[in-house]
Amino acid sequence: MTERIAFTQSLFRSFTLYYMVSEELDIANKNVPAKKDDTGVQYVNELTTLNLGPTHPATHGIFQNILQMDGEKIVSSEQTIGYIHRAFEKIAERRPFYQITTLTDRMNYCSSPINNMGWHMTVEKLLGVEIPKRAQYIRVIMMELARVADHIICNGILGVDTGAFTGFLYIYQEREFIYEIYEEMCGARLTTNMGRIGGMERDLSPTAIRKIKEFLARFPKILREFENLFNRNRIFMDRVVNVGGISAERALSYGFTGPNLRAAGVDYDVRVMNPYSSYQDFEFDIPVGQSGDTYDRFMVRNEEMWQSMRIIQQALDNLPEGPHYADAPQYYLPPKQEVYKNMEALIYHFKIVMGEIDAPVGEVYHAVEGGNGELGFYLISDGGRTPYRLHFRRPCFIYYQAYPEMCKGLTLSDAIVIMSSMNVIAGELDA
Amino acid sequence: MLTNEEVAQTIIQQFGQSVSDFDDPYDLLTFTADRDQLFALISFLKEHKTLQIGFLTDITAIHYPDTKGMEFCVVYHLHSLVNNFRLRIKVYLSDEDVHVPTIIPLFAGANWMERETFDLFGVIFDGHPDLRRILNMEEMDYHPMLKQYPLEDETREDKIDALFGR
Repeated sequence: MTERIAFTQSLFRSFTLYYMVSEELDIANKNVPAKKDDTGVQYVNELTTLNLGPTHPATHGIFQNILQMDGEKIVSSEQTIGYIHRAFEKIAERRPFYQITTLTDRMNYCSSPINNMGWHMTVEKLLGVEIPKRAQYIRVIMMELARVADHIICNGILGVDTGAFTGFLYIYQEREFIYEIYEEMCGARLTTNMGRIGGMERDLSPTAIRKIKEFLARFPKILREFENLFNRNRIFMDRVVNVGGISAERALSYGFTGPNLRAAGVDYDVRVMNPYSSYQDFEFDIPVGQSGDTYDRFMVRNEEMWQSMRIIQQALDNLPEGPHYADAPQYYLPPKQEVYKNMEALIYHFKIVMGEIDAPVGEVYHAVEGGNGELGFYLISDGGRTPYRLHFRRPCFIYYQAYPEMCKGLTLSDAIVIMSSMNVIAGELDA
Repeated sequence: MLTNEEVAQTIIQQFGQSVSDFDDPYDLLTFTADRDQLFALISFLKEHKTLQIGFLTDITAIHYPDTKGMEFCVVYHLHSLVNNFRLRIKVYLSDEDVHVPTIIPLFAGANWMERETFDLFGVIFDGHPDLRRILNMEEMDYHPMLKQYPLEDETREDKIDALFGR
């Protein structure tokens, strides 16, 4: 039967014959009535289950999506997360405050300085420690570099998921350069454990300042090339425009924050609403999209990288003189020269390292603008050396719930692109 | 600019007996609400013309095994984006009756937040469409964040806590 159709088609390419042939093919489906599921999506065939399995090259991390598909269109999806759940909240109940910084590194590991600084600020709020301006500016520089690094990953890999490897290849070199700046500052590349409660562990060395200036000089050119590759690229735009849109009301109902919410049109940025660490001293714009689709998320993240560069430039130009740590000897390790000579410094050093310092009783919630949105730390202290309860408000976890709604009725390739553009990072999803 | 006192007054006027313990640690208005009035309270805050507290930041829970009758505390962090105002609502539950009404009809984002709280603490959210574990394995039969479960395996011989200052 199929051979006859193919043979006929190849010999007689007339419209009438083609019409007859396509009618014959439709006979197979004519007896099946059209079905509607409860949301009104009409489908004809039985649904296929496709496992976008936990380990998949296109998912950024380990989380599973079981898609119910009607042919090529996704009808619904069921998510399983928790493959990288490491019980941070339970561990944090048994660790002194400065040891929890290493846990926060590993949440959104693409921009770990932001997590670290957010945690330090939470503890400083609890302890009532005032940070000098220089330390605050250095923190801002590091946080904005981390934001640039996070957006480089998200946008570069969004390009890769649509098939464009070149953009990723060229812009990822900049992330290597940011790693070099981290190395100057704290010694590590990815899980930085940067800063201390009470300031920064070391001042910006001359090498670090030189590298940051070099970064500010070379990154705009690369970012402009990246934008030229993608922003008005016909193929890319066909893949991402009007894909995975979400309205501002639904986004707010789901608890979206960060670039995903700003792409939907709501200009909520924690740096502006509840400024911390001297963000009110800097002048920057908040890019906002319109329809909340993948293209808007991509553009918002690109524009945020430009704004981060602005902030870093302003911070570097106006870097105030002063100490890089607060005068809080019971929380910040005294300098080693003092420890060798001074009795008090020795005692403080011992108490801090052995974790004998008790925190005041209280509960504090502090939020910072992470790479993905409002990263909140809810810390309850009962007067001991460890928190009584620490809860991380992880933006990825909260907005990933909206994923089934966003990819309803779209194809599998759209689903992959939506997941990339939402910047779901497994470490922050599960914590 | 809303102040903590104004908002507290508005809430007390509407809900009088069901809310108590108003405090503002670190300038964040915190109060305790009764479980029965919780849904009405949050809808009131969401629909109020001036307050417009329409953003759910987080839901979590705390376990206080030492206070009898108030072992569990479910904490809701809410945020008014229009007024830049945050508040925290606490609902205390007793050990025998760890049930709280769900607020999914008000905030779609409460779905996974409540599932996480159920997974880690065992707090049951009445009316939740799909209350099952989210971060842990389905087969796990205890709720790990409760204080009676230790962090590490007690039978280990090689790590003696006292020597490590724990």
